[in-house]
Amino acid sequence: MKKFSSLLHNLILTPSRNTKIKLLQDYFNKLDINRSYALAILSDQLSFQFIKASKLRELVYEQVDQHLFDYSYDYVGDLAETISLIWPTKKEGKSQNLSTLIENIKKIKKSEINTEFSKILSGLSNNERWTLIKICTGGLRIGVSERLVKTALADLYNKSVNEIEEIWHGLEFPYQNLFQWLKNETSKPKIDFKKLFHPMMLANPIDEEKDFKRLDANEFQAEYKWDGIRVQLMVSSKSVSLYSRTGDNISSAFPEIIETTKGDAVIDGELLVGRNFKPSGFNDLQQRLNRKKASKDLQNKFPVFIRAYDILFYKGKDLRKFSLLERRKYLEKFQKENKTNQIDLSSIINFSTWKELTKYKNNFHDDLNEGVMIKLKNSEYLPGRKKGYWYKWKKNPKLVDAILMYAQRGHGKRSSYYSDFTFGVWKESELVPIGKAYSGYTDKELLVLDKFIRNNTINKFGPVREVKKEIILEVAFDDVFTSTRHKSGVAMRFPRIHRIRWDKPVNEVLTISEFKKEFKLS
Amino acid sequence: MDFINHQLFIKDINVHIDPILPKKTAIITHGHADHARFGHDHVIATRQTIDIMKIRYGDKCAKKFTPLRYGQKYSIKNYDFTLYPAGHILGSAQVLIEKNNHRLVITGDYKVGKDETCKNFKLVKCDTLITEATFGLPIFQHPDPKDEIQKLIRSVKINKNNCHIVGAYALGKAQRVMNLLRQQKYNETIYIHGSLEKLCQYYSKEKINIGKFEKVSSKDKNFYEGKIIIAPPSALKDRWSRRFPNPIICMASGWMTVKQRAKQQGIELPLVISDHSDWNELLDTIKKSKAKNILITHGQEDALVYYCKKQNLVSKPLSIQGRSDEEIE
Repeated sequence: MKKFSSLLHNLILTPSRNTKIKLLQDYFNKLDINRSYALAILSDQLSFQFIKASKLRELVYEQVDQHLFDYSYDYVGDLAETISLIWPTKKEGKSQNLSTLIENIKKIKKSEINTEFSKILSGLSNNERWTLIKICTGGLRIGVSERLVKTALADLYNKSVNEIEEIWHGLEFPYQNLFQWLKNETSKPKIDFKKLFHPMMLANPIDEEKDFKRLDANEFQAEYKWDGIRVQLMVSSKSVSLYSRTGDNISSAFPEIIETTKGDAVIDGELLVGRNFKPSGFNDLQQRLNRKKASKDLQNKFPVFIRAYDILFYKGKDLRKFSLLERRKYLEKFQKENKTNQIDLSSIINFSTWKELTKYKNNFHDDLNEGVMIKLKNSEYLPGRKKGYWYKWKKNPKLVDAILMYAQRGHGKRSSYYSDFTFGVWKESELVPIGKAYSGYTDKELLVLDKFIRNNTINKFGPVREVKKEIILEVAFDDVFTSTRHKSGVAMRFPRIHRIRWDKPVNEVLTISEFKKEFKLS
Repeated sequence: MDFINHQLFIKDINVHIDPILPKKTAIITHGHADHARFGHDHVIATRQTIDIMKIRYGDKCAKKFTPLRYGQKYSIKNYDFTLYPAGHILGSAQVLIEKNNHRLVITGDYKVGKDETCKNFKLVKCDTLITEATFGLPIFQHPDPKDEIQKLIRSVKINKNNCHIVGAYALGKAQRVMNLLRQQKYNETIYIHGSLEKLCQYYSKEKINIGKFEKVSSKDKNFYEGKIIIAPPSALKDRWSRRFPNPIICMASGWMTVKQRAKQQGIELPLVISDHSDWNELLDTIKKSKAKNILITHGQEDALVYYCKKQNLVSKPLSIQGRSDEEIE
């Protein structure tokens, strides 16, 4: 555990990619059961059933005054770090192996969690405690991607990272077959590719100035970028399963897809809510997200379908090395053969110049797409975000000027700064908040805002500071809906700070009724 | 205690403690720039604090100086002032003010832990305690500085082709790091940023063991491989630090307790070495001072005010302009 926790500690503090790779290689120099657990942790595959964030809070409240904990958490901005530092009883025992520790935790009975797990936390050093809590809460956020771990392993054991990538989703803890192959003791693990999630091909944002000069419009085709969730559908005569972009199996949440889909293929598409293949907006889709199951009632109210972009396998044939144009023919064929499926095809936009495409990007008849995807016609299906093949070109955002009202400290890398901003518009002589944003600003703007907030606080509500109403923020957002949950009656989608309007006086900011009128809300 | 206001100003006799702007009479707790300023008529402080002010601002930074020994009483009308060691940096002092049998202590910045570079903190019993709260949260539990300095020594041993640049405040922290290195038998020459030179010379003159040091001069780049260089934190991000071979950026500060803070500042090797009291030391000092009335100045005052109220002590925050959290040490 000492070794692994100091690895994480060093990784989080190292800015250089090469040093990170070197640290990982020093650690994975040996491949044993501890490294199996480490790999599972680094790829976010390990969790403890009974010990989640809420349980950890419960345990720490047994040890520390709740208010003192909350003040501290507000300051640190990271649950694992706050708990590890504030934990009062320290009887640091003999350091245990990572594997022994995890196996011991797994053996704890649910009824004994509070006493037993607290005992374990007390016996660790600060850094080990931090590591263990990070493991429990999942999502390490130490600036190390799964890809980087694979790269480090590949370089260290003279394999290609693509080979590891290919078999990755077919591997299981404790990765015996992977380790043996890395050590050249066996051949590459055999994986049943048909049952395996295939890492998706992703797009890079287009750089309008550079890319359009460089790229030949005739070599590309475009599609709308639908505003749903990206999925991979795997269908064969034996089973149907649905995966999210990150490879999580989400079949159980969308039973209507699983029950009705026929054929033999692996499809890449967008999951949308709507009837008769007419999408009804992200607000409706949200009703179906983050659920393990969907009731009949919910299925009837918010039915889903898949808008297919691409096909990876057709009747057992691997199409990933085929060109996009060829794959499209297979996709159309699959569609014709299985007309009862809740699947339609994403339509192709024809254009001959980039200028012509601009109008499609911005003036599409409704708000259900986020812009366009631009794809190289002869691109293979390549995992990850490879440069030069697929691009996304987002619509211009909507903009509104609003007055900064409240601020709160951020989390993670922005944890010492007042970086979460609530802003509002006028309602008669008062301000009413219309949204909250914690991104979009430059580092310089953040410093300016942070300083303004510290020097112009007029009220404190716990961690929230109310500030003098002097700063106008130009807020960019993707969309706005009516909402009964908010005082202002509106809810924004993905608001972010576009810039600070030093030039505009606060009395020129819109009223809430003007705001609603401008964005066509009733 | 209503004789002193929230700006640490005693109107009755026109005396300020650590004023930001030039004043008639100023009692200065220690030489850090957020406490000791240029341009007062009359400065009352320890001899060492006065020396440090003269080094930093020139001999004429005040019209008149009155040096006080620790424990020596100084009276203005019916107010008696006594300075006691604060253990923060060389010359640092707490101020005891007695008036009509009421004892009020202003701690200034202080730390309870041992430190060879200055006189160690002395607890002074009082009725009213005005304490700092730089690290006034229970997450701050400073480790043994010896273990922290060992981390640096170990890293120097392992990374032979790198140089280690340690960010440390020019006054106090830099010399403490040097002294800690010497305590742990690191006997190599320590290289320092130019802005530290005069203060290091002064510490040496005052017989503080900081060992052999030398100002960084533009020698051959590879000369600094394997060496330790101490520089003020502001120089770490400056072009100044680019002249060194594969630098490992370190920082000696209590803030380094929080990994996310270290990461934000691009620190690769954080050293939790603080010249302020940690949470437990703050609580302990409040308790042992026997004060019933606690005022809390700059830092994380919310949690400490909450704690004192829970202990049935009268407590409120005291916001002193010009000192905001996280800018000081």
